[in-house]
Amino acid sequence: MADVTLMKTPAETALAQAFESAKTVLPGSVESRAQAFEQFSARGLPHRRVEEFKYTDLRALLREVAPFANVPSAEEAKAALEGSKAFADVSALQVPFVNGHFVREAVDFHNLPEGLEIVPLREALANGHEWLAKLSPVPWASDNPIYQLNTSFMADGVMIRVAGAVETPVHLRFVTAAGSAVATATRVLVVVEDDASVTLLESHESTDGANHQPNDVVEMIAGDRSNVQHVRLNAEGDKTLALSTLAARIGAEVTFNSINVVAGAATSRHQVYAVLDGENTNLRVNGANLLKGSQHGDSTLVVEHNALHCESRELFKTVIDDEATGVFQGKIIVPHHAQKTDGRMMSAALLLAEGGSMNNKPELEIFADDVQCAHGATCGQLDEDLLFYLMARGLPKKEAERLLVQAFLGEAIEFVENESARDALVGTVEEWLRARA
Amino acid sequence: MLEIKNLVVQIEDKRILNGLNLTVNKGEVAAIMGPNGSGKSTLSYVIAGKEDYEVLDGEILLDGQNLLEMEPDQRAAAGVFLAFQYPLEIPGVGTMTFLKAALNAQRKARGQDELTTPDFIKQVNAAAAKLEMPKDMLKRALNVGFSGGEKKRMEILQMALLQPSFCILDETDSGLDIDALRIVSEGVNSLRSPDRAFLVITHYQRLLNHIVPDTVHVMHGGRIVRTGGKELALELEANGYADYRESEAA
Amino acid sequence: MPAVQETIDQVRSIDVDQYKYGFETEVEMEKAPKGLSEDVIRFISAKKGEPEWMLQWRLDAYKRWLTMKEPNWARVSYDKIDYNDIYYYAAPKKNPAPKSLDEVDPEILKTYEKLGIPLREQEILAGVEPSSRVAVDAVFDSVSVATTFKEELKKAGVIFMPISEAIREYPDLVRQYLGSVVPVTDNFFATLNSAVFTDGSFVYIPPGVRCPMELSTYFRINEKNTGQFERTLIIADKGSYVSYLEGCTAPKRDENQLHAAVVELIALDDAEIKYSTVQNWYPGDAQGRGGIYNFVTKRGDCRGKNSVITWTQVETGSAITWKYPSCILRGDNSRGEFYSIAVSNGMQQVDSGTKMIHLGKNTTSRIISKGIAAGKSENTYRGLVSAHRKATGARNFTNCDSLLIGNQCGAHTVPYIESKNATAVFEHEATTSKISEDQMFYCQQRGLSEEEATALIVNGFVKDVLQQLPMEFAVEAQKLISISLEGSVG
Repeated sequence: MADVTLMKTPAETALAQAFESAKTVLPGSVESRAQAFEQFSARGLPHRRVEEFKYTDLRALLREVAPFANVPSAEEAKAALEGSKAFADVSALQVPFVNGHFVREAVDFHNLPEGLEIVPLREALANGHEWLAKLSPVPWASDNPIYQLNTSFMADGVMIRVAGAVETPVHLRFVTAAGSAVATATRVLVVVEDDASVTLLESHESTDGANHQPNDVVEMIAGDRSNVQHVRLNAEGDKTLALSTLAARIGAEVTFNSINVVAGAATSRHQVYAVLDGENTNLRVNGANLLKGSQHGDSTLVVEHNALHCESRELFKTVIDDEATGVFQGKIIVPHHAQKTDGRMMSAALLLAEGGSMNNKPELEIFADDVQCAHGATCGQLDEDLLFYLMARGLPKKEAERLLVQAFLGEAIEFVENESARDALVGTVEEWLRARA
Repeated sequence: MLEIKNLVVQIEDKRILNGLNLTVNKGEVAAIMGPNGSGKSTLSYVIAGKEDYEVLDGEILLDGQNLLEMEPDQRAAAGVFLAFQYPLEIPGVGTMTFLKAALNAQRKARGQDELTTPDFIKQVNAAAAKLEMPKDMLKRALNVGFSGGEKKRMEILQMALLQPSFCILDETDSGLDIDALRIVSEGVNSLRSPDRAFLVITHYQRLLNHIVPDTVHVMHGGRIVRTGGKELALELEANGYADYRESEAA
Repeated sequence: MPAVQETIDQVRSIDVDQYKYGFETEVEMEKAPKGLSEDVIRFISAKKGEPEWMLQWRLDAYKRWLTMKEPNWARVSYDKIDYNDIYYYAAPKKNPAPKSLDEVDPEILKTYEKLGIPLREQEILAGVEPSSRVAVDAVFDSVSVATTFKEELKKAGVIFMPISEAIREYPDLVRQYLGSVVPVTDNFFATLNSAVFTDGSFVYIPPGVRCPMELSTYFRINEKNTGQFERTLIIADKGSYVSYLEGCTAPKRDENQLHAAVVELIALDDAEIKYSTVQNWYPGDAQGRGGIYNFVTKRGDCRGKNSVITWTQVETGSAITWKYPSCILRGDNSRGEFYSIAVSNGMQQVDSGTKMIHLGKNTTSRIISKGIAAGKSENTYRGLVSAHRKATGARNFTNCDSLLIGNQCGAHTVPYIESKNATAVFEHEATTSKISEDQMFYCQQRGLSEEEATALIVNGFVKDVLQQLPMEFAVEAQKLISISLEGSVG
């Protein structure tokens, strides 16, 4: 192995060792994991000279690799879930994970809502379940090093099939409760059949004070005329390095809405890779990032319009307090054949304190001529005139600021259809603002 | 009620107000007229407490309290209301949310209880009906997509709701058609009371046909240069401001 | 709008795919041996009669260049350039440093006449062409062949001369500023240029002087297999003003030619520099054969407070354009502006934009970019706006719009917007669209042909930028745009 002479960082070496010892223990085909890890090793951890990671230098951010988490005991899992607060007031089917492992006992497989099937990934990998063929619905996502690491290390997850209109929201609840730092890798596949509909909630919580390293991938296939509502909340602990990917292949005449709200983690990077594969589909991807202290929040997005007459709307709002750093990288790709595309992408950042930074990179890559595409990016402070107007009506300065910040973020949140989930997100924003004052 | 003494104000090194003196009594409707650039809008902003203006000298007293030492919200709680010449659009902030937040903030500052939601809605609806305001205007984000006339009506609605003791109308007639002007003026007139004073800033006499002032002040070069009764407005309408410009030149 | 009518006439009068500047001039040339080596650099330096420090500067750059890699991040693709298959020095044999126009080879003068560039200042002064009083420095392959209005400029204290002359006559000025904006090691092409640059213009405007006329340089690549590496240095001292125009053309050739220029602008306190370019290098034919590789580094340094640098560019030529005229906003209250029209047709590739680096307080910048892609071309806007920690009150407004004509081209927008200061306010907007069918129908219903309607609408699309150009250039640019888009409709 002559090519191993390449210089590796201690973290890369640790990952290689971790993979060597894990590959035979982890369920499923060793070859596909090894292939993914090889792809990862060829380039190593991405650094700032890798264009996609220009603003989030993983080589610098990931110095020490945490050990991969073991399966928790039943008591540990129970205690962890009892401490979990995300979307507490939303009535939903619970699909919980503790320390990256699916808690089977929490799901009554015999009484699932009609139209819903759930298969634990660990078993599926072990016995070669036929749905495995549907993994990786966005092939080019496999070029991404974070995705490659997930494929190499994924230990558990679920595969969900939705046929018909499922009224009850499905809540993927991820809790990392270990006292010391652990790494986790989960993979969820959601196949929404033609004409089906589902609301998917996803929450991520972890204990404060430990350098947890979750790497979560959710993949979706949305069939023709389906309706998918996806609401994701990052409420990770204050030292967590949270990496996540949503990869979606979307059919014709689909309504697909996804939002990610970041209110936690020391460092987070959420990647959305969406391919619009059928005509007349409507995609909305929003994000709301609440960053303070020395937090670093990265939203990365690639939307590929692969069919006629699709509309996509992306709206990302970032509020930056103290010395936090926000990153938005978004790209809309329109190939020759995707005529009549209507794509609009907007990133707006609000800097509340002097030390903050915001990096915006909104891109358009257009090859079709009959399209309407636009992007915008702004960053700045709260509008002085608006503040004055509110204060002239009697609102104290802090309250006026709070109202304006709420309104600023509200634009990204308001489209969430499920009322109690929306209220939970609004509550998260309010809590963040209260903690600030 | 309001007493301004020797007010000197500048913005970015440019002197706008030059020792302005003005007194408005309880129950009085005072009009300030003057050519463009005479400092009328500056005066309204300085009373309300906009940051950009630097007060070099003088004082502004409202019922004996020194306004210049207060933040804009404290001034509002003390009873100052400025109807903006160009009301601001605030996307994402619902009109009702805003009205309730403002009303309760002022009540809180004055040591009153917060209004219950049903009481609040009752009050807003009553005020909106008086101003012939369509209900759906209240459902939208504050001033977003409102026409010029609708924005001005929204200002008067807020005035009615917040019950200030000292109201400043900054060029409220600009951009209004004749019907809107009537509605807005009626709204203002219905708020006239012995406990409340108005400062009506306008370039034209037109508005003063609807809101009849007790006193008219002519402002020029950052000072009040003449004071009289409502007939002074008619005189200005007939002769324009040319006399004042000439006197300045000489 | 007579200009529009002119555009339409122009479209009618010219055959498709015709580059009207594609002729070749027969002049006897003196060349350095093909390829790049220390010897070639010594040859160039000796030819120019340079002092030792200049030669050393070049040799240091060359050594550095040997260790560098060609950049590959731009969205352009081309076959590897063989840097040893290029002539780095080519000069008309007859009297390389003419003292007056009478000494210039008449063939060259004819060339410039054909290009419509007035070199005979006496005639202009005599009123033959009273409308355009522009001082011209004409650069033919590697050397400057004529600079007009020298005397009149001298009276105002303005120095405007070939840089090779300035190195000899004003070594202290050149030494102080050369490489101070674009360091020798800045990038692959800039370093190459530092090693082998042959000529270009030098401008110095003394304190408080408003340059009495537009200054202009006209670049012409004529020789085969020749690279053009010009170097331009403009210094506007305190409180001065200058407007500078640059034009360029080349003959039609089947092989690609390299143009790697460096332009450095320095504006001291309260000074203003306007730099306008109409770039019309040979773009290659419809099959993508030939054309210039235009790999240029242009940067302005707003070094003093209240200084202003404006870049305006109309890019219609070149097979590949790689170019980011930038502003370093160092002085407090300084302002940078970038106005660009980039038209690509055929197989052309454009990757162009700007960088606005806000370092000083209350610095402002404005970017207006209009990209038009037709044929099978690729047109990318790439830009950076950044605010440093100390850039309190920085402001930027960016608008970049792209228009696609036809379904085989690509238009891309890659902006980087980085703010490290909370008081900085950056606004960026970009759109990509096609010519609206409604607009098209309206024009056609009024009797315009599809091509005329396109020209009309495109002219409207680029109007904001054209307005930034000096009058004579604006008309020229408008014609160029219509010509570049010929054959793109239908």
